[in-house]
Amino acid sequence: MTNIYSTAAEMAAALDKKEITSVELTKAHLDRISAVDGKLNAFLHVDNQGALEQAAAVDARRAKGESLSPLAGVPIAVKDILAQKGIPTTAGSKILEGWRPPYDSTVVAKLKAAGVVILGKTNMDEFAMGSSTENSAYGTTQNPWDLTRTPGGSSGGSAAAVAGFEAPLAIGTDTGGSIRQPAALTGIVGVKPTYGGVSRYGVIAYSSSLDQVGPFARTVLDTALLHEAIAGHDERDSTSIDAPVPQVVAAAKRLDVKGMKIGVIKELSGSGFQAGVSARINESIELLVAAGAEIVEVSCPNFEYALAAYYLIAPSEASSNLARFDSMRYGLRVGDDGSKGAEEVMSATREAGFGKEVKRRIILGTYALSSGYYDAYYGSAQKVRTLVKRDFENAFTKADVLISPVTPTTAFKIGEKSNDPVAMYLSDIATIPVNMAGIGGMSLPVGLADEDGLPVGLQIMAPFMQDDRFYRVGGTLEAALLSKWGKPILSNAPDLAVK
Amino acid sequence: MTLDYAAATNKYEPTLGLEVHVELNTNSKMFCSCATEFGASPNTQTCPVCLGLPGALPVVNGKAIESTILIGLALNCSIAPYSRFARKNYFYPDMPKNFQTSQYDEPICVDGYLDVEIETDEGPKTFRVDIERVHMEEDTGKSLHVGGSTGRIHGAEYSLLDYNRAGIPLVEIVTRIIPGTGKYAPQVARAYVTQLRDILRSLGVSDVKMEQGSLRCDANVSLAPIGSGLLGTRSETKNVNSLRSVERALTGEIERQANRLEAGMRIIQETRHFLEESGLTRPGRSKEQAEDYRYFPEPDLVPVTPDAKWIEELRAKLPENPADRRKRLQKEWNVPDSEMNSLINAELVDVVEETIKLGAEPTRARTWWLGEVSRLANEKEVAPTSLISTAFVAEIIALITSGDLTDKLARQVVEGVVNGEGSPKEVIEKRGLKVVSDDSALMVAIEAAIAAQPDTAQRIRGGNIPAAGALIGAVMKATGGQADAAKVRELLLKHLGQG
Amino acid sequence: MAAISRDDVAHLAKLARIEMTPDELDHMATELDQILGAVKRVQEVATADIPPTSHPLSMSNIFRADVVKPSLTNKEALSGAPAQAEDRFKVPQILGEE
Repeated sequence: MTNIYSTAAEMAAALDKKEITSVELTKAHLDRISAVDGKLNAFLHVDNQGALEQAAAVDARRAKGESLSPLAGVPIAVKDILAQKGIPTTAGSKILEGWRPPYDSTVVAKLKAAGVVILGKTNMDEFAMGSSTENSAYGTTQNPWDLTRTPGGSSGGSAAAVAGFEAPLAIGTDTGGSIRQPAALTGIVGVKPTYGGVSRYGVIAYSSSLDQVGPFARTVLDTALLHEAIAGHDERDSTSIDAPVPQVVAAAKRLDVKGMKIGVIKELSGSGFQAGVSARINESIELLVAAGAEIVEVSCPNFEYALAAYYLIAPSEASSNLARFDSMRYGLRVGDDGSKGAEEVMSATREAGFGKEVKRRIILGTYALSSGYYDAYYGSAQKVRTLVKRDFENAFTKADVLISPVTPTTAFKIGEKSNDPVAMYLSDIATIPVNMAGIGGMSLPVGLADEDGLPVGLQIMAPFMQDDRFYRVGGTLEAALLSKWGKPILSNAPDLAVK
Repeated sequence: MTLDYAAATNKYEPTLGLEVHVELNTNSKMFCSCATEFGASPNTQTCPVCLGLPGALPVVNGKAIESTILIGLALNCSIAPYSRFARKNYFYPDMPKNFQTSQYDEPICVDGYLDVEIETDEGPKTFRVDIERVHMEEDTGKSLHVGGSTGRIHGAEYSLLDYNRAGIPLVEIVTRIIPGTGKYAPQVARAYVTQLRDILRSLGVSDVKMEQGSLRCDANVSLAPIGSGLLGTRSETKNVNSLRSVERALTGEIERQANRLEAGMRIIQETRHFLEESGLTRPGRSKEQAEDYRYFPEPDLVPVTPDAKWIEELRAKLPENPADRRKRLQKEWNVPDSEMNSLINAELVDVVEETIKLGAEPTRARTWWLGEVSRLANEKEVAPTSLISTAFVAEIIALITSGDLTDKLARQVVEGVVNGEGSPKEVIEKRGLKVVSDDSALMVAIEAAIAAQPDTAQRIRGGNIPAAGALIGAVMKATGGQADAAKVRELLLKHLGQG
Repeated sequence: MAAISRDDVAHLAKLARIEMTPDELDHMATELDQILGAVKRVQEVATADIPPTSHPLSMSNIFRADVVKPSLTNKEALSGAPAQAEDRFKVPQILGEE
């Protein structure tokens, strides 16, 4: 019996067999959203009417016998950083309150064309700057595992929506870990594809050389199905790779890692990671060995500088990317009382419209790019980027994929780090190197930490445009874990529908 | 007491620097596919990219790159094997992203020169203007200022923005400082811009209309006491909208600076605006506190790396340098400077050359274009080339040369063609404008004329040849001007025993 | 000594067009000083012989054909405008010069 707890693949199969309609499936998810989103605050905008219309259209096409995409009729939640024509798109910021884009981002256009039903837009840290959704101008999203904890960020709303069964699939973006970290903290699968693998057109830019769109789902196969639906070359994105999409669905189904070399990154293990996190990672390694993989240790000595470099590069690009929010053409306008000049109104609007973390990063980036400091900060950070890339290149000569924990700890309490930016930045220590090098990575739930019963994520990284490799390893490990546990990890989460 | 221009340049040595912005005449914009048509109604040639909407991304127009390389080659530049776009960050409402996508330290063309010839007291002299760089960037939108008392930007109550022009490809051509021009600085500047305009026109890459802003010149000048070897503080004059203004603006600015220096005041490094009516400049934004543009490589675009093959293909397309071509044609046509200048000023060199290529006799080709066709064009206030094709002019001239048309008849043919009566053949047909060359028909008219003026005929028989004019005139009148006057004269004199 | 002063932050805020309150400037100066203290570590390994990487891709020459495609309508273009008049974006008076 197909319901909101089914996987996307199961839903797609049931739709295909006409055991259920997309309208029924969509309604069930919309009902779930209205039942539990008061607790989660995962959605910023729910498009009830649009979703049902889209579902009805897919049902009609299916009834006519048209050939449809694999995920046609399956619902999805989309991070509010992707432009969707006519639908409020805020990037979690006051400065874009009420803005309705006159165009679709490429990913949204692809989803629509594939008949994937868009339920609504999900909460996020303002302009994707943050690791907890606490920087959203529209309130924090709660973690379905423990409502006093953060689901991570910046794509926390998308992760919470999938973990909370509000949607079987979701779209996120990952600049320094914004898909993988919330996936880890909510016990779901999240993938940051290779940079250039998915179009960025219509994705509100945070840091253009690091941003990448990617899928969330509750299983590796579902994640792969969504990955294939959104990936591919786009002539509207100059940094989109014109090459065949890696065969990720086939890889997810392979369930075999015999002979694969899996590299454990020395610098991302042991001290600095919560004991329960390390324990689950070590168990996963044992399962992979049992499945026939070979474990090698690799060293990436420059990763310790990656975090510092990231907090120079991303704010620098952001300071420029966010300059356009000036109240002239769209969005919020503050202080236009007829007496002030454009310049004053711009400054007043940006003061009122941007949150604290956004301002902090704009000022930091402005500083890092300014004459006299460019070489010491932005310039040096670019060199570290070269070193991080080289570390990966060396490591991949020894291993087919690399693994590490996704995060140093399980989900932290809301408010715990919100007044200490540097402590918050440390949550991204293991995910940032992947963005710096432009390669892809997956976060796979590998169990619950003994000390707090919260999910732990394993990060699997593969070389440039070899995203199929982490699907292969992830799929195999997921199957091994499932047979060990006897039930999906999310069945351990509290039932949100209970008052 | 004030210094006039002669006194100023007797005492101070000007150093020039010229920045020319050229709007390319591509069909679409630099980074998006919007049209570039001049004069379209406001905000109808805009899209998410050129409006700087959140999420939009640029894609480079390949034709614009090609045009820029052509310009570089025509200006004897090296074409960089690797060049990149950079973001120039500053806020201004007519710039939708609040950064201009431009080029910084990696421009596409570098190290060129242009030799310009001017008339000096000692005769023609050539100055070499070194070109530092040719780079690509995008144009801004246009603002309209409403309200206020002065009509200038200051005092406007609000401003209206039209982004049709935003994103039109611009090429910036920057000279190195031009020393040693002495009092000829304004003429050198004018000659440089003139020659640059001619080159750009011959390349077909721009409309080069200064009055429409598709060619704009910023003129920098500084003064230092002659022989001091120093370099003074420069001012930059903008809003110079004609070739004549280039010369006037610099003359005025040199005088102004010299008088400030005489009065013991220092020159402020600033942008000044040229006032067309007075020929003076007024101060604009002071550059004392130079903007910090925080340039960094544009992360949304990839580098431009033209290979040698592509560059050589483009080099092969280069037309002859317009200055060389003029010299060659003047020699071939054997015309004096004055007539060549008339042709150049009337922009008729190309059509005359083409008409000659179509077989027309060179002197007639020049005189017909410069004479009758230009006269009609003046009457109608249109360009001569819009009235009649080179093929028709060549055809008419061929008929004159063969004796089938007299000059007088040919004028009627031109008039007919211009009035839309058809091709020269059709006009001749319709208006019955054939030269009467049948001897017997002419003899009838000649005998009639003799019969009408027997006294005159008698004087001619007596050897008074000049008296023949009266009888020839009568014959021409009788044949409606369709007779060949030379032929009439020959037959008449023979008939009266003087042949 | 602090890497960044309150005056520096005020200058940066002006460059970034953010009108900060005096309190905010104080806070921001303290926080930025901490952050800069942490991120300046990049200088430890950024030696002269290491080339910079500004972008993860090694592609070049991505161009589009010079073909006009439909633009937004005037109405669509202005759909998000806080104010409009005469088919244009209406903005507060622009002081200073181009």
